[in-house]
Amino acid sequence: MRGLNIAGLEVRHIGPFDLAIAPGECVVLTGPSGTGKSLLLRSVADLVPHRGQVCLNGRSCDLTPPPDWRKTVALLPSESRWWHDRVGEHFHGYDRGQLTRLGLDPSVMDWDVRRLSSGEKQRLALLRLLSNQPAALLLDEPTANLDRENTRKVESLLMDYKTARNVPLLWVSHDAEQSDRIADRRFLLHENRLTPI
Amino acid sequence: MNVIPLSAYDLSLAALLVGALALVAVRMRLKLAAQLIVAAIRTTVQLLLIGLILKFLFARVNPAYLAFISLVMLTVAGWEIMRRQKRRFSGWWGFCMGSSSMFISSFVITVLALIVIIDNHPWYEPRYAIPLLGMMLGNTMNGIALGLDRLIATTWDQRDVVEARLMIGESWRQAIGDIRRESIRSGLIPIINAMTVAGLVSLPGMMTGQILGGSPPEEAVKYQILIMFLIAAGTGFGTFSAVSMGARRLFDRRQRLRLDRLKG
Repeated sequence: MRGLNIAGLEVRHIGPFDLAIAPGECVVLTGPSGTGKSLLLRSVADLVPHRGQVCLNGRSCDLTPPPDWRKTVALLPSESRWWHDRVGEHFHGYDRGQLTRLGLDPSVMDWDVRRLSSGEKQRLALLRLLSNQPAALLLDEPTANLDRENTRKVESLLMDYKTARNVPLLWVSHDAEQSDRIADRRFLLHENRLTPI
Repeated sequence: MNVIPLSAYDLSLAALLVGALALVAVRMRLKLAAQLIVAAIRTTVQLLLIGLILKFLFARVNPAYLAFISLVMLTVAGWEIMRRQKRRFSGWWGFCMGSSSMFISSFVITVLALIVIIDNHPWYEPRYAIPLLGMMLGNTMNGIALGLDRLIATTWDQRDVVEARLMIGESWRQAIGDIRRESIRSGLIPIINAMTVAGLVSLPGMMTGQILGGSPPEEAVKYQILIMFLIAAGTGFGTFSAVSMGARRLFDRRQRLRLDRLKG
């Protein structure tokens, strides 16, 4: 089975959920806050104990060493974190083309992280995540801190990455117009149920 | 040795000073007076008791007695480590982590010192073994308690950072590496400071006691140097072991950060 397959996923009070995302497909997840969208993403990335099965291209999460799984099925949290002093220390190499497409200048790598705006942090976190060359992406409101122009840049970069590498995308978004632009399918997470819309 | 015996009258004079301090504490509403009095009474009762026990033990050179009292000391120290942490591992883990680390470092080093360095016959003679072990446990306990407390408190505060590091594919060792090093360091700083100023600012308690007790200063000094080295090694290895076990326990087999394993 190709793509990202979620079967009987239960975590704390939410689930069980079943969801299959095909290679190169973008599924948008929406719903009121507090329904567990972030928790669902976190358990797919195997960051919280959960029941059920998650497989990527037929390979089970449980049989993959955790760091490998998280590099492959990459989660971009809604708020990025930075732990070294300089931006560049968080990177082991990155794609210059992607950096430019995100509207950033290579000199940003020498910056002190305290200088970054929330929008810059968000875009750099995406660049950092993509530098692992993930084979599936879990995106928790990746454009929440961005203006219109940068939102479009992020969308276009992610759509091209998805198509070029044929990766499945699970994207949490509250923006209906954005969903129109990016979604192949949409689900509403409400009252502990995934409903197609 | 010419020890000047202290009378009950001498000790009560010193107790008056603590009483005076308690009065000041009441006047300043520090809410500390009761605690201070209880601590003073505890120290009196506990030390008088241990005096009796030591007198009893010194008269009987028996490894079984020694093993028993060592076990009691270790258990109390283990509880004390747990008690000193704001948040701690729930269940037996909190107790076992500190105690087993203390056991590894304090016991091994004390026995090594008794057999190889002091070379006493028999090595388990309580007159040497118990004070040495007590000194080791007391100091190792401080280092371990500091190290574990720092480890848990920092991980709690920086859980988002630790998880963010896991998210980009770092292993649990990498994700907690900085915090782990910082915690071991904080456990070791007191003994490093103590060695730095020993003799210049502070005359260590053990040495002072020996000199007051009538030993020649040059002998007392040699014992103090030995004790300092043993404490440094014991604290270092003990803290290293406890913090490492703690760091491992903060993650599960799937390398997920498990703060639900803490309580408090």
